[in-house]
Amino acid sequence: MEAVFGNFDVYLAGFGLTIGLAVVSGVLSLLLGLLLAAARVGPVPVLARAAGLYVTLFRNTPLLVVFIFIAIALPRIGITFQSIEVIAVGDYNVSAFFVRAVVALTLYTSAFVCEAIRSGINAVPVGQAEAARAIGLDFGQVMRLVVLPQAARAVVPPMASVFIALTKNTSIAAAFGIAEAAATMRRFTNDNADQRVEIFLLVALGYIVIVEAIAFSSYALERRWKVAR
Amino acid sequence: MRTTRIKVAAAAAGIALLAAGCGNAGSDEGETRDVEAVEDAQFDEGTRMAELNEAGEITIGVKYDQPGIGFKGAGDEDPVGFDPEIGKIIAANLGIDPENINWVETISDNREPFLQENEVDLVIASYSITDERREVVGQAGPYYVTGQQLLVPSDSDIADVADVEGEEVCSVTGSTSLDNARAEGAEPRGFDTYSECVDQVLDGTVAAMTTDGAILLGYAAEQPEALKVVGEPFSEERYGIGYSQDYPELCQFINDTLEQSFEDGSWEEAFDITLGESGDDAPEPPALDECAA
Repeated sequence: MEAVFGNFDVYLAGFGLTIGLAVVSGVLSLLLGLLLAAARVGPVPVLARAAGLYVTLFRNTPLLVVFIFIAIALPRIGITFQSIEVIAVGDYNVSAFFVRAVVALTLYTSAFVCEAIRSGINAVPVGQAEAARAIGLDFGQVMRLVVLPQAARAVVPPMASVFIALTKNTSIAAAFGIAEAAATMRRFTNDNADQRVEIFLLVALGYIVIVEAIAFSSYALERRWKVAR
Repeated sequence: MRTTRIKVAAAAAGIALLAAGCGNAGSDEGETRDVEAVEDAQFDEGTRMAELNEAGEITIGVKYDQPGIGFKGAGDEDPVGFDPEIGKIIAANLGIDPENINWVETISDNREPFLQENEVDLVIASYSITDERREVVGQAGPYYVTGQQLLVPSDSDIADVADVEGEEVCSVTGSTSLDNARAEGAEPRGFDTYSECVDQVLDGTVAAMTTDGAILLGYAAEQPEALKVVGEPFSEERYGIGYSQDYPELCQFINDTLEQSFEDGSWEEAFDITLGESGDDAPEPPALDECAA
């Protein structure tokens, strides 16, 4: 126990990075996934094909492979994202390692976000879109004003699952230069071989708290967006 | 017909390329010592030594990813390095031939659990002796003392540990080396294996990597024109031999065996053909810790 509570700031810093990775990649995945889903259901065949290809590629690739590609293969051909380190948030410089982890997580997660959104769009009866077209709305307006607001409701539960998976997937960054919660756990167990079980449980508890927070917000959102149909 | 032939040719070329790529993975420095089992090994009835001697085989956990210390390339039959050589010396004194040693890969995280669950009989895996570890497993030795240094690109300005303050330094996630680098003011970057860290150094995404000097020398020796080891050691790591606390009698046996290998020169010979490859002379054998009675 005292391995963790004696270094509680380290424990919190680790989970801080975990949350940071999850939030930044989550927001970016949401944006990219939304664009991909729009492209996939949209009227432009080239875009639909390209988005389909993207989903096939990244949904079928293990996240570890994506990470290895971004963090080990790309630097070999000179793509290190290091130019980004000049950006500073307060007096804290953005690190290229963080950026690489975010890129890997976003590329991977956005494929799942795209499919979750597409399932929501498909849940909206096609007559809704047809009626919207009939009154002269263009594709963007149909999506923005008619389809997506209805799809959003259906999307909440699968999207929560995607973000929960993303939160746990951030632990892969532990092996790619990020001292997040899983890396912190390994640091603790290495220094305190006699307290392994407690350390594992306390780190698991941290993840459970984060995941439960996501789950509860999704329930709350579901209740709030519920309408009588 | 023609397209099929072209496809076949392309596939064959692909396979040839793959095969060529794999060729590098095997290690070419497979030098090992021939060790003969002691024939008339005698042990007191009921001790672990007697059991192992009776069984005629032993399971030893070593590292597979540390050139010079414990390394097994793809396609190699047995791991090579200083740790496996020490393992062979211990086994020989139990009356066990090297071919009857079952080598198991242990990584930093699973060394204590493997010993506690008796999945391995001994751990000889660059296993630094610490008080916390001695709470849960036995550690005899040390059989080697090393210290943490820095591996940097040949053209790097970093000359000593004082220069890494504020720089990004790579080592294995969760390792003591990474903690020490953090204590020196460096920004720690953890990866899964040492070889991945070497890649990061070569690609310039980190300024340096750090771990025990012995391991770094092994990597520097592989690419002497691209990498160099710098700085005075800034920590002391005492490599011990791990055994299960169920068999405390192993400690005295291991210490006696190590003492004997220090005296008859087999320890020095083992060093020369492994860690000594990078040009270092064998150091003075370290003083062994007393076994708890």
